[in-house]
Amino acid sequence: MGIVASVLKKFHGGVHPEEFKDLSEKCAIEPMPMPERLYVPLHQHIGSPCEPSINVGDMVFKGQTIGRPQGFVSAPVHAPTSGKVVEIRQHPVAHPSGLTMMVAVIEPDGKDTWHKDISGLEDPFKHEPAEIRERVRCGGIVGMGGATFPSFIKMSPPKDKVVELLIINGVECEPYLTCDARVMEEQTTEVIDGIKIMLHGLQTENCVIGIENNKPRAIEIMKAAVKDIPEIDIIALPVRYPQGGEKQLIEVVTGRQVPSGGLPIDVGVIVHNVATAVAIRDAVRFGHPLLARPVTVTGLGISRPANVQALFGTPVQEMIKHCGGLKNGTRKVLMGGPMMGVAIGTLDVPVVKGTSGILCMTSNETTDKPEQACIRCGRCLQACPVSLMPTEMAWLSRHEELDKLQEYNLFDCIECGSCSYVCPSNIPLVHYFRFGKMAIQTADKEKKRGEIAKQRAKAKDAREEKVKAEREARKAAMKAKMAAKRKAAAAAKGEKPATEKESAPAAGGNDKAAKAARAAKAAKAARAAKAAKAAKAGGGTKDAAGDGDDKAAKAARAAKAAKAAKAAKAARAAKAAKAARADGGTKDAAGDGDDKAAKAARAAKAAKAAKAARAAKAAKAAKAAKEAKADGDSQ
Amino acid sequence: MINAILSMGGLALVAGLGLGFAAKKFHVEGDPTVDKLEEVMPATNCGNCGYPGCRPYAEAVANEDEAINLCPPGGTATMEAIAAIMGVDPAPMEERAPSVAYIDEEKCIGCTACIKACPVDAIIGANKQSHTVIIDECTDCDKCIEPCPTDCITMVPKEVTLYTWSMEKPDGPHALH
Amino acid sequence: MSHANLLTSSSPHVHDGASVDRVMQSVIWALMPASALSVMVFGLPALLVILITVASCMVTEQLFMLIRKRKTTLGDNSAALTGLLLALTLPPHSPWWVCVVGGVFAIGVGKQIYGGLGYNMFNPALISRVFLLISFPAELTTWPVPMPLFSDGAFSMSQAFAIIFSGEYPVNQALDAITMATPLGQYKMEVSMGKTVTDALGGDYGFSYINSMGGNLVGSIGETSAILLAAGGLWMIRKGIITWHIPGSMLLGTLVPALIFWAFDSSVYPDPLFHLVTGGLIIGAFFMATDMVTSPVTIKGQLIFGASCGLLTYIIRTWGGYPEGVSFAIVIMNTAVPLIDQYTRPTIYGQRPERT
Repeated sequence: MGIVASVLKKFHGGVHPEEFKDLSEKCAIEPMPMPERLYVPLHQHIGSPCEPSINVGDMVFKGQTIGRPQGFVSAPVHAPTSGKVVEIRQHPVAHPSGLTMMVAVIEPDGKDTWHKDISGLEDPFKHEPAEIRERVRCGGIVGMGGATFPSFIKMSPPKDKVVELLIINGVECEPYLTCDARVMEEQTTEVIDGIKIMLHGLQTENCVIGIENNKPRAIEIMKAAVKDIPEIDIIALPVRYPQGGEKQLIEVVTGRQVPSGGLPIDVGVIVHNVATAVAIRDAVRFGHPLLARPVTVTGLGISRPANVQALFGTPVQEMIKHCGGLKNGTRKVLMGGPMMGVAIGTLDVPVVKGTSGILCMTSNETTDKPEQACIRCGRCLQACPVSLMPTEMAWLSRHEELDKLQEYNLFDCIECGSCSYVCPSNIPLVHYFRFGKMAIQTADKEKKRGEIAKQRAKAKDAREEKVKAEREARKAAMKAKMAAKRKAAAAAKGEKPATEKESAPAAGGNDKAAKAARAAKAAKAARAAKAAKAAKAGGGTKDAAGDGDDKAAKAARAAKAAKAAKAAKAARAAKAAKAARADGGTKDAAGDGDDKAAKAARAAKAAKAAKAARAAKAAKAAKAAKEAKADGDSQ
Repeated sequence: MINAILSMGGLALVAGLGLGFAAKKFHVEGDPTVDKLEEVMPATNCGNCGYPGCRPYAEAVANEDEAINLCPPGGTATMEAIAAIMGVDPAPMEERAPSVAYIDEEKCIGCTACIKACPVDAIIGANKQSHTVIIDECTDCDKCIEPCPTDCITMVPKEVTLYTWSMEKPDGPHALH
Repeated sequence: MSHANLLTSSSPHVHDGASVDRVMQSVIWALMPASALSVMVFGLPALLVILITVASCMVTEQLFMLIRKRKTTLGDNSAALTGLLLALTLPPHSPWWVCVVGGVFAIGVGKQIYGGLGYNMFNPALISRVFLLISFPAELTTWPVPMPLFSDGAFSMSQAFAIIFSGEYPVNQALDAITMATPLGQYKMEVSMGKTVTDALGGDYGFSYINSMGGNLVGSIGETSAILLAAGGLWMIRKGIITWHIPGSMLLGTLVPALIFWAFDSSVYPDPLFHLVTGGLIIGAFFMATDMVTSPVTIKGQLIFGASCGLLTYIIRTWGGYPEGVSFAIVIMNTAVPLIDQYTRPTIYGQRPERT
């Protein structure tokens, strides 16, 4: 139909790892007991993190919004069950950094009560697509294949683009994972219903569901289900990783390639995961937000492989316990599949919207061989589904040639892992690419910060110039005014000598004395005013004392210095004492004894010296470490 | 003999003329070095290098062979960029963690000395009111530390969060495990 | 709670098990049939040459790793493979010091000073052979007549030692001559003096395709059996160690011009089959030019590289100063590999003009 290719195309490269699907493909999705605590992260999607919309101590209901989306590319987070919010804090999550994220810790009350505002659409097909989209958005639905892109955006194509085909991704190309297969086998009607709702939302009538042919039961069941539905077709695909990648799937089904830097809608296609279809159906028909998902717990390291329906926020430890615990010799635990999953170092990380699997691997299944030199065999080029040159990109990453990396299209890499999978030298190629991508992004950020800093510095300079100029102008104006005044006075004096002679004594004796006195008076007033202003401004600036000898200014300065010195001494004594307590580095800890100012000065100097010493030591250590690393790296 | 001299001389003349012509015709108008150097500096004009600003330092490096490792806020990245532009070897550099200034508000007396000292207006506050540092704008230039009469400003290393974390490079082949 | 010993490395977390040492090992196995036949055809001296060269390469590699303070890389089998390949390019009675110097040069200069495996620019075995040929032309162009291992006049072990280590030939040889020209050498020499191809190779010289198929061919140790070498090469392609692009394009690169010129004037230019079975074309195409480190990584690049190697081989053989051109051709093309890689970058996904 439509743009579907009559003969299936092949995508370039790809690999065929051992499937291991038999561990869990016959396990029906089972429920698990409610964990004692749910650690629900407030950022489970691509886009901006959510802001918490609840407080510690609040009672929440099932489906209640606990995280408000920020910005357009974002999705709300909801309470998976009813209970009490006991904490909102940082907690480890499954991320390559091993760092923490903000989570809402919910203690379930066991009643599992829905929020009262939860309601669905009686007949979704009678509603406008905009209404459907809004429900998908409010339901926090994100791509459940693992990408976690907010689904409502993929339901809102731009006005100038036509949706020619909806592809439902039932490929599940990652080895070990079987949750999508089970969804297709057990929730068939829900999947079809969800697809129909999506077709209505997208205003299109063409849909194909791609399923790899290592899932024969799923293909059979789905084919039977869509027998009488002309809009939906099933396509059985040959097994090849990463066929489930959006871009590869589109190429295989339609023969079109998504332009580099573009989106599938640019070639008229929208792709959604099969479990997302079920989630959309639940959100639209019943108003149920995304609260849980099927997770495949598998691997040779788990006692009882299973597909488990897990609430978000369930600690991985609970899931493993439910499946019988880890076997001895478990080497790695992954969140996701073996090709793209994240290895976790601690088992208390929670299940999130993108957790398709928890894979417990023994040393038989995973390797940790050391990296050797690249022998330029070219297998990575043959394996890459994007036709990149992994060997060149890894070389450039290692040598941090960030500009050239972009020339080699580093950002087109989908990080599927096919190249690392085939490398005979065990080079961690994907690790190099991730490092390169982050280095480029960090460099860009630093550049932007530098630009902003430059602008701020310029603005400050301009402002200070302006203030200076104004001051000069005022000074000049005052000078001119004074000169004019004197001139006028002298002129007046010159004009009426008689009257002046009479009032001469009053004015202050002879001309010269009067003039001098008045000048001195004016000067004194001016300086006093200046000193007062300087004192007001708070001091520290040297030019307040620009006049030098004037008594008032001197007195003001002395007072200021005394006050500052006193405060400084107190502060430095406290600081020195603290420093002495902290690391015993500073010498003049006492702060009293001989000359106070000198002592304070010495304390400050010592503190600074200690700080410099510490910094130098740290730098030396870092340098030594770096050199040792460079030595090992240069050959 | 005469033939040899004439022909070699003639060839040399032609070659020389050709090179001269090529030098003029294919001359590439590049950025003056000083501008290029200033580009890679952090533009904080903090004076840590001993020069009254980034541009004077760039001029010194370009014209007077000044040392290239005098810029702490720019760090190793800037030093290596300078080395690349000038075509010299990288110089040893103190590795210091990116830091931001932190004002202990208990001790701050509101004297605005630091506000005046900060070249990028990253401290907000007013006379007799507690000052505080805008972390996003602080460029780690250390200029605010000296003027503070109560010594309440310290440089604290920037915290790495999940959102600012950057992946480390793999060890490489022949890594001495 | 956490498991202290959970490994947290970057994805992917599975691997297909390929490794450098297995690749090299497979190539060595592919060379075994041809090497065994050569030892059969030329006797124990050839075996000694092979053993000395391999030992020399491995010892040099180990020495260099000690000097560079690194872990030994003998485990990746690349030194042994280089030794075997080098030995296969040498005359069967090469003096021991030629073998040793060749091994030292191949590993020391051809590989280690560049930084070890993966960093070298030239095929180590071939660059060493070129070095030996230019430095010791007499030793490298003395081609002994085949003396099969189980024949009447076969050399005993002590005789073999005498030949290789002292250069002494035993008396009472059931032979008319000890050395002979290779077919390519014979062709070049005689045709340049005006004879036709058939005259040059027939008559006293007695070249015949049937004979040469059995390995009865004067030349280096690796030139004996084109069939066994080709079989080894095809086995490597089947196993995925190498792809068909370089061998295929190199063979075509020689055979197509050979065909054209032979059709043009068959008295002066030998037929393509002659070019195929004599000299080092087959071993060069399947085992030398396909050396991964020194050949392009891109498919287009490999085709260009192979074809150019083949063409250069034909040019040197026909009009060049040396009778055999494979080693020079490949070494010359090795220098162009980075350039070829740069200009044959594949079109990535999403950057081809849409053809809907």
